[in-house]
Amino acid sequence: MFAFVLRRIGQSLFVMLVVAIIAFSMFRFVGDPVHNMVGQQTSMEDREKLREALGLNDPFYVQFYKFIKNAVKGDFGVSYRHGRPASEIIAERLPATLELSLVAVLFALCVGIPMGVYTGIKKDSILSKFFLTTSLIGVSMPVFLIGILMIWIFAVELHWLPPFGRGDVVELGKYWSTGFLTISGLKALILPAITLGLFQMTLIMRLVRSEMLEVLRTDYIKFARARGLKNSAIYFGHALKNTLLPVITITGLQIGTIIAFAIITETVFNWPGMGQLFIQAINNVDIPIMAAYLMLVSLIFVIINLIVDALYFWVDPRLKTGNVVARST
Amino acid sequence: MTEALLKVENLSIAFKSRHGELTAVDNISFEMAPGEILGVVGESGAGKSLTGSALTGLLEKPGFIKSGQILFENRRIDNLPYEQMRRLRGLKIGAIFQDPLTSLNPLYTVGFHLVETIMTHLPMNQAKAKDHAIRLLTEVGIPAPEKRFEQYPHQFSGGMRQRVVIALAICANPKLIIADEPTTALDVSVQAQILRLLKTMSKEHGAAIMLITHDMGVIAETADRVSVMYAGRIAEIGPVASVIKNPQHPYTQGLMAAIPIIGHQAERLAQIDGAMPRLNAIPTGCSFNPRCPKVFERCYHDRPDLMTAQDSLAACWLHDKTR
Amino acid sequence: MKRFFESDLFYSFRKSPVTILAFLVTILIIVTATFANIFAPHNPFDLASLDLMNGSMPPAWYPDGSKEFLLGTDNQGRDVLSAILYGTRISLLVGAASVLFSMVIGIFLGLLSGYLGGTVDNIIMRCAEVQLTFPAILVALLVDGIFRGILPRDAHDNLAIYVMVFSIGLSSWVQFARTVRSSTLVEKSKEYVQAARVIGRTPIFIMIRHILPNVMSPVLVIATINLGLAIITEATLSFLGVGLPPTEPSLGTLIRVGNEFLLSGEWWVSILPGVALAALVLSVNLLGDWLRDALNPKLR
Repeated sequence: MFAFVLRRIGQSLFVMLVVAIIAFSMFRFVGDPVHNMVGQQTSMEDREKLREALGLNDPFYVQFYKFIKNAVKGDFGVSYRHGRPASEIIAERLPATLELSLVAVLFALCVGIPMGVYTGIKKDSILSKFFLTTSLIGVSMPVFLIGILMIWIFAVELHWLPPFGRGDVVELGKYWSTGFLTISGLKALILPAITLGLFQMTLIMRLVRSEMLEVLRTDYIKFARARGLKNSAIYFGHALKNTLLPVITITGLQIGTIIAFAIITETVFNWPGMGQLFIQAINNVDIPIMAAYLMLVSLIFVIINLIVDALYFWVDPRLKTGNVVARST
Repeated sequence: MTEALLKVENLSIAFKSRHGELTAVDNISFEMAPGEILGVVGESGAGKSLTGSALTGLLEKPGFIKSGQILFENRRIDNLPYEQMRRLRGLKIGAIFQDPLTSLNPLYTVGFHLVETIMTHLPMNQAKAKDHAIRLLTEVGIPAPEKRFEQYPHQFSGGMRQRVVIALAICANPKLIIADEPTTALDVSVQAQILRLLKTMSKEHGAAIMLITHDMGVIAETADRVSVMYAGRIAEIGPVASVIKNPQHPYTQGLMAAIPIIGHQAERLAQIDGAMPRLNAIPTGCSFNPRCPKVFERCYHDRPDLMTAQDSLAACWLHDKTR
Repeated sequence: MKRFFESDLFYSFRKSPVTILAFLVTILIIVTATFANIFAPHNPFDLASLDLMNGSMPPAWYPDGSKEFLLGTDNQGRDVLSAILYGTRISLLVGAASVLFSMVIGIFLGLLSGYLGGTVDNIIMRCAEVQLTFPAILVALLVDGIFRGILPRDAHDNLAIYVMVFSIGLSSWVQFARTVRSSTLVEKSKEYVQAARVIGRTPIFIMIRHILPNVMSPVLVIATINLGLAIITEATLSFLGVGLPPTEPSLGTLIRVGNEFLLSGEWWVSILPGVALAALVLSVNLLGDWLRDALNPKLR
């Protein structure tokens, strides 16, 4: 088990290293960093001085070492566009994205799991078939299209919910602004969260369903029936818990995807999160922001992957006592 | 015989398939007395496991009871609604399956399984159920039950797990236990222990056991009476001693001749030629007729029912008194 | 031809009405889009033919709609139906080209990795793993962003199509490479490949002549499934404003531009291209699913 954890951490470090190399290369080779920092009037001499001061004439590995050192401290330089530290701008946008992603994941789990259980138990009912067909269509729809349809139906035609923005936010301390504490903030969350979570919801539903069908065929479920347990205990106590392992994996991996897909949802709903910031950065070739976003998102991916592994050990007692089943990556 | 605990009357079990119905268990009848151990023996596909499933009300689709009835304590149970049958399962009718490795949910402790079953059927709170569970574990011969209570199935050996499964089956003192191949998946050395345990449990709790197996040796060691099944029907049923020593049906005779006897030198073991027919190809008349060494004209036309043959009942025209 | 109609493939096709429908819709979309200049009632790129008087007309089934513009017009008076047909053409083109591109990279790296093994295999597969950690759309966005930095600004719009194909292609080679690699490993150890080696065939000859034909069927399945994905990715990038420019609008661009009018009630300018996109992707996906089940049940 120890070796397993070590290998996992090693893999994570490797991913971070590769991402760091990419981020660093962006700084170094995409455009001229000096050119990006100074105005047109600066003389060649001054430019050369700045170049020397920035260490751009140092050998590659020295520059990369400095980059890593700064990155660990959260220093990615000053945004070309905003003229403020990139990490500071990202930090301002982080709460909006995290709150949106959190609600989206909760929505996906709270709706996806019960629907999966239902379609697994009542696999021949009309409602199950309806769920499965609509989910197939849902999977084929691009996220932004779902968002536009949502806006059109619930904001433009029905006027139930706001079409964009985050509503009123409350500042919690210095670093966190939340939309959870106002009515308009909560209302503004609904459409984007559903849009963002819909794909994962159908994924989780299909996963839980196929796992349920699988588990319900096992001997211990037959034996549980033979023991006269109530159906609720069989379905929710025994079957569901055994479907949770794959659900945890997928959900964990999907949280990464959700944060990436938040880019799209935030653009559709004009949501002031870091995904929207990232798109603007790409449009403006604002390398510090792009690099900082990339590193942050990778870090989140990697941490979530490690948490998923930890949850595995928590859910499955067989793993705690040695015989590690290698999980295919 | 005292008042029967279980009466199976003219039970037929069939499968719905694309090609119409296939009858897997065909018009069988038998009784079980309280506390009696009835062995059910036969090749795979003879219908013995299906009969067991029907008794617990756990026939899996597309199988269904086509006709006949099952009476348990003089009450019809084959047509009970799901919920009532569920209450009976585990409380009055326990079950033990073949593979103890897969009978327990790997994600729950042994104690959880026991407490859950006890609290489903008996009016006990958590603490009392736990005491009862530990008592049961002791009773089925598991050392250090308090410690074992907290452990997960994968921490138990196969034999120990089957003991847990037996403890689960006798939780609520059932009157009848269906044991479907309870020792097949175990090591030979462990088999005997488990059989002994089953026998003890039957005596101490006064539970009747229907012991389904393909191993005649297991029956000889454990059962009071034995029912030999062939192609969905009972070929012969009677007291173990007489069926083994003095088999009446040609199929049983073949089975007995195929068992090696220690101390006897035999050139080669006898065997029954051919194989059991498939469900969709059961011959008319007696289903054993293609393989029977004593077959005669009538066997090809009429299907024999059970008839008295010395101490047993056998479904064979050789024993037809009106002949 | 006769052989095809008697094959299992055609049989499973005939047995599935959903697949037949998906096939017909796909064919309809491909034909009308490819020959958009014939089927489209107007030329949406001919600025001279646009008339602001025709601007913001609703579809023909509305009382103030006109039969001339079946699906209405945008604020410039551009016919939505024609724009959809031309847009679909670009979407299909970029989708197909990027799948082809990722297929070529994937097959090349997969063959290399599987045939050579050792360090080369290790490097390629580690890269694949790292890339799989990230969603394809993020990779495509990043590649696109880097190109924006490298290319001069004014060249960007002209090269947008190539940048798109490159970004999307680069984001989805992993699946091809993995499949080809594992098939190569299997084929490599077979006797006929060993024999070819013994008689002194070069590795390149062996890979192309002997191994490649054997890995084509799973590759074809992945390509079909990825086509839907590539179309979605392109549409998404274009919608986000980092894809194709309005001068060369794909369906995604049309939806982005039309989206500005959604709040004022002119839903048809954005929703109808969206419907076209959804229909296209759904049909392609259904075809892909069918092909996967029919050709290669193991891939499930």
